Amino acid sequence: MKITEYIKENLLYLDGGMGTLLQAEGLAPGELPERWNITHAENIIKIHRDYYNAGSNLVNTNTFGANILKFGREELEDIVRSAIANARKAANESRGSQPKWVALDIGPTGRMLKPYGDFDFEDAVSVFAETVKLGEKYGADVIFIETMNDSYETKAALLAAKENSALPVFVSNAYGADGKLMTGATPAAMVAMLEGMGADAIGVNCSLGPKALSAVVEEYLRYASVPVLLKPNAGLPKVAEGKTVYDVMPDEFASDVCELISKGVRLAGGCCGTTPEYISSLVRSSAEMKPRETEKKNITCVSSYTHAVVFDEAPVLIGERINPTGKKRFKEALKSHDIDYILKEGIAQEEKGVHILDVNVGLPEIDESEMLKTAVCELQAITNLPLQIDTSDPVAMEAALRRYNGKAMINSVNGKKESMEAVFPLAKKYGGLVVALTLDESGIPTRAEKRLEIAKNILAEAEKYGIEKKDIIFDPLALTISADNTAAKETLRAVRLIREELGCHTSLGVSNVSFGLPERDTVNGTFFTMALSGGLSAAIMNPYSAEMMKTYHAYRALAGFDDNCAEYIEFAADMPKQSSVPVEVQTQNAKKEEFASELQRAVIKGLKEQAAKLTLAMLSQTVPLDIVQGEIIPALNTVGVGFENKTVYLPQLLMSAEAAKAAFEVIKANMSGEKSADKCAFIIATVKGDIHDIGKNIVKLLLENYGFAVTDLGRDVAPEAVAEEAVRLRAPLVGLSALMTTTVPAMEETIALLRKKAPWCKIVVGGAVLNKEYADAIGADKYAADAMETVRYAEEISRELGA
Amino acid sequence: MENTVYTKIYAPPPFNRKEILRYAGITGNAPELSALIDECIAEAEREFTYKVCFARFKVERNNEMLDLGFTKTKSVHLGKNLSGCESVLLFAATIGLGIDRLISRYSKISPTKALILQAVGAERIESLCEVFACDVQKGCAEAGYAAKPRFSPGYGDFSLEVQKDIFAVLDCPRKIGLSLNESLLMSPTKSVTAIIGIKS
Repeated sequence: MKITEYIKENLLYLDGGMGTLLQAEGLAPGELPERWNITHAENIIKIHRDYYNAGSNLVNTNTFGANILKFGREELEDIVRSAIANARKAANESRGSQPKWVALDIGPTGRMLKPYGDFDFEDAVSVFAETVKLGEKYGADVIFIETMNDSYETKAALLAAKENSALPVFVSNAYGADGKLMTGATPAAMVAMLEGMGADAIGVNCSLGPKALSAVVEEYLRYASVPVLLKPNAGLPKVAEGKTVYDVMPDEFASDVCELISKGVRLAGGCCGTTPEYISSLVRSSAEMKPRETEKKNITCVSSYTHAVVFDEAPVLIGERINPTGKKRFKEALKSHDIDYILKEGIAQEEKGVHILDVNVGLPEIDESEMLKTAVCELQAITNLPLQIDTSDPVAMEAALRRYNGKAMINSVNGKKESMEAVFPLAKKYGGLVVALTLDESGIPTRAEKRLEIAKNILAEAEKYGIEKKDIIFDPLALTISADNTAAKETLRAVRLIREELGCHTSLGVSNVSFGLPERDTVNGTFFTMALSGGLSAAIMNPYSAEMMKTYHAYRALAGFDDNCAEYIEFAADMPKQSSVPVEVQTQNAKKEEFASELQRAVIKGLKEQAAKLTLAMLSQTVPLDIVQGEIIPALNTVGVGFENKTVYLPQLLMSAEAAKAAFEVIKANMSGEKSADKCAFIIATVKGDIHDIGKNIVKLLLENYGFAVTDLGRDVAPEAVAEEAVRLRAPLVGLSALMTTTVPAMEETIALLRKKAPWCKIVVGGAVLNKEYADAIGADKYAADAMETVRYAEEISRELGA
Repeated sequence: MENTVYTKIYAPPPFNRKEILRYAGITGNAPELSALIDECIAEAEREFTYKVCFARFKVERNNEMLDLGFTKTKSVHLGKNLSGCESVLLFAATIGLGIDRLISRYSKISPTKALILQAVGAERIESLCEVFACDVQKGCAEAGYAAKPRFSPGYGDFSLEVQKDIFAVLDCPRKIGLSLNESLLMSPTKSVTAIIGIKS
């Protein structure tokens, strides 16, 4: 019988701890237990056999850390082959007539994935793939991914399993006492992602005892439509009479696990500290129990690396601002690869209260696939909102979905055969909630009934790919009423029909409805109200629109989603700020005379908003260059000199730099056509292997203030990348930062390469471990102790070049 | 028991404002930064998890070679620190990944806040180490032992390479979600590994 069939009808008993037992058999601290498959095969077989004898159906091989990072290719193959053979032998030798299977055990690599570590996602997929292939080759029955405490690494492992074997895959995560993974995911988020990718059973192991894990397990049971597994620890280790013991004993363990079996757990065993005794106790105690049916939950949701957003009754807001359509500045940012601009747009929308960010970076002149992948990776590093991948290019869609850390919203598919053939396989493979537009080869039907028909066709086609109804959300398309005054009415009818007849959720790009009309906000807000009361679940919208936000908050309060109207009250309290009443410029007369001007005061005091506002006011009478030369630079110099004299501290220097930057942004925005006179190019990077970038960012900000055209290559940058960019821009200046003694060699290597490829450029270095002597020794032109010193040096070089 | 790895989760240690100021490069009086620092602390506070894993090892000496059970070293500085010690407590501590994310986010929108958050993070991990070291000291005193000041890889001639052995023996990724990358940096970045010598 296949194990996937067996678990539909029966409780499946897993095994218990391995590490603690191996230590008892003499495994030395720091010794790799996987080698014991070869050197101590008898010990391993005995442990496996004891578990089968205790009643386990599925035993995990001793391959937790068996991966290509820890072992050479040949040794890895030997280990996996012997590990599976050991477990198989144990199954054959064991007593008991229960069905027995062998799972290839896969634990985390121990490396943190980028961007918070240095391990690339695709490298992680490759590492897991090697082990998976061996598992399949040597006859494992199941791939068992376990003890994963990072959602991203879990995704890499599951993807590797799916791409390299046809075996069932069980996935188990390790949660902290706070009920989250180490990298922040809740159970609901993990269920969304893992089910979406097709895991056959999912659940929880390690970390804590069964009681302490029960809240997490119950969350799994609430959201999961596949069987839930549980392998808790025997509580926590403590010392008693000089020996390490775990504080939950077999009987207590068994009764706690049985409690969770009665709530719906279908696969149960133990982790650290549990022994065959725990498993036999569990098997005995649950012998009479009938497993609870695993119900389909029909939850429509997406997830990020932290949480799930469920489409239920309360409306979901999808921020539309990350999109170049009709936005000159955005297009410019895409062309110049200014990712920070996109990120700021994301953060600003998050602060406005949207739940999901739409990400569209399509522009004919750029490589959309590369840009979308980058945008998704960078966004998910700094915002925890789920993303909606918005592209018509299937290649870009796949690149982004692959790297996405969660279950994405996919925008979009439509009723055209070609579209469905491109999108549905991707949605099936990577998981996702697909936005389906109700149009097909013959266009957008005028009548709502026809749109419903297209929706039905889309659902039928999706089913062929194994995509469930809950994973499709329909966009019945808002068309402008200025072209057809029944357009809104038909769209609203379509929303209602889809909701009532298909039971599906809907989403609308609301603002299309007012295209061509004055005061569009008013029309949009009212249309949004009408759509919400007609059952609309989500809107792609502009969170800066006061009307839309008012409607949203008022609707939530009116429809009973806002307890005590608390959120509405909070929103209302902020309302004056939301409108366009100008910010009052404070003038403190007492201190006024200390400063040459109000703008200088704002920059010196680090008042961002004021600096921007004052600059805007000045622009009506003063030419931009005079503001820069006469106001901003003198103010920056005042602060810079103060910093050098130690009367101004680093945070204050930075605040001034931020205020100056805000003033520059205003000037830039108002200098249409004129080219700003940048000083020379400056390339800046944190060297390979080093991920510290605070200092580098400070230097960058100040250099920009002083008019340098800074290209920031980021952190962990390979020498070749720095040299390439220096050559490309023929940059006269390169700044390198390193914070660790271990990464200084990478700095030296980078300098050597620059000398060869770009002999003209001056190299300035900085970072905690460096000093003048060290900098000289590795061949830098200049050691700068702080950001101001870098600026002074850059100005000096810039002057020499100009002369 | 020796060699067993224990994990401990601490309640938030009290904030040491002076240290935060120092890490932020504020060496004198700057009352106008006070509100900003409060804001940063308030925002960061919910991101912290205070986790430590540790194990005890016997010290053996073989001429100038120091055998700590999980590693062998000729470090003179460590040797000095451990003079007279029969055993060591090896620990790894972290305040979690949340602060790294927060710093990353603010470096996009406000480098000033990124800088101050960086300082708050540095103060937090140091405070956690202090609390842990205090615990060890107390435990030692009760058992009639004395604990030495903590000593980290990278101090003096004690090579950072030892991080690999420490991570292998303490199982840091699994115990406290701490991992080591190829250049021997730790993720989360606000983390510390150290050795505390114990003598009778």
